[in-house]
Amino acid sequence: MWQSLFDELKDHHFTVLAVALDHADAARPWIEAAKPAYPCLIDREHHLADLYNLVNVPQAMWIDEQGRVVRPPETAGSTDGFRAMDRKTFTVPDAVIAERNQVKTQYIGAVRDWVLRGASSANALDEAQAAAKLKEPDDKVAEAHARFRLGQHLLRVGQADEARAQIAEATQLHPDSWAMWRQAADKDARGLASGPAFWARVDALGSKPYYPRPDIA
Amino acid sequence: MITLLHEQRESQWPDDCADGDALWLDAAAIEQATGWAWKPEGLCHGDVCVPLPPAHKSELVRNGRLNIAAMWRRTGQPVVHDAASRHWVLGTGAAQRGAAMATLQAPDFALPDLDGREHRLSQYRGRKVFLATWASW
Repeated sequence: MWQSLFDELKDHHFTVLAVALDHADAARPWIEAAKPAYPCLIDREHHLADLYNLVNVPQAMWIDEQGRVVRPPETAGSTDGFRAMDRKTFTVPDAVIAERNQVKTQYIGAVRDWVLRGASSANALDEAQAAAKLKEPDDKVAEAHARFRLGQHLLRVGQADEARAQIAEATQLHPDSWAMWRQAADKDARGLASGPAFWARVDALGSKPYYPRPDIA
Repeated sequence: MITLLHEQRESQWPDDCADGDALWLDAAAIEQATGWAWKPEGLCHGDVCVPLPPAHKSELVRNGRLNIAAMWRRTGQPVVHDAASRHWVLGTGAAQRGAAMATLQAPDFALPDLDGREHRLSQYRGRKVFLATWASW
């Protein structure tokens, strides 16, 4: 997904680190098909979501040479355009596709500008700006991550019923997390949690975004 | 065998450590399982020590072992386990997580690639990192 960005910028003290919030067997075919030259890591228990308070993919963080977060987690170039899809024909209006491409291009352009210009890039946030954008977890979110982790572990050791109960409780405690819900949801033949339950959950968002739009200059 | 998960640590302990909602570990075990040190001044991580409440000391300490689950809850952090008390997660509390995030230092982690090779975020220090998530679902 980020291959051309990586190829273009890899000689500028830059790397992409892609992390799949996913099981290895599900992520493997995608990685093997795309053959990215940047590291692709597997995060079965969603550690990264716990550490960085993530709720969905693709969310991304920009981290500078000193390990400082210069952009906290935000949607990485995706839009809510899929919500305009005709659910019988699976088609999306051309204008929506055009907007999706424009947003993606703008986001990648912002990453490129930061890599080339560093702190002077308009989208590299100073400490006060970055701190203002942080979304810190509350107690329910913290407990949800503990239960999700226990659930993933119990799946691994074969306690499937208890695992499901823990993960269900996690998703109730943290309803904003699409990552927890979709990881655990029933998947279709393509491996997507995009059945009626998914659409019902999306529709329940109402005017709230599925992919909140980042504030990119 | 008891399995205890905390952050990216996974450790195993004898069955008799767990009793319902209680998890009894000695100082060495606590350090290995959580990275926290049980000292005379309390349960410590870096410069921070949470004192054991004197009124509850008898409930929290027994035969040289600390009920780490009870003490963990007292620090406001989540403790969850399966019905048989064989699999435990000592979670990180919202306050602790929020404080770490507020430093703006990207939390380090180690995760494997498909070949099982481990990558740490900190090994990429000196480069800009675009840390991007995705999933098949």
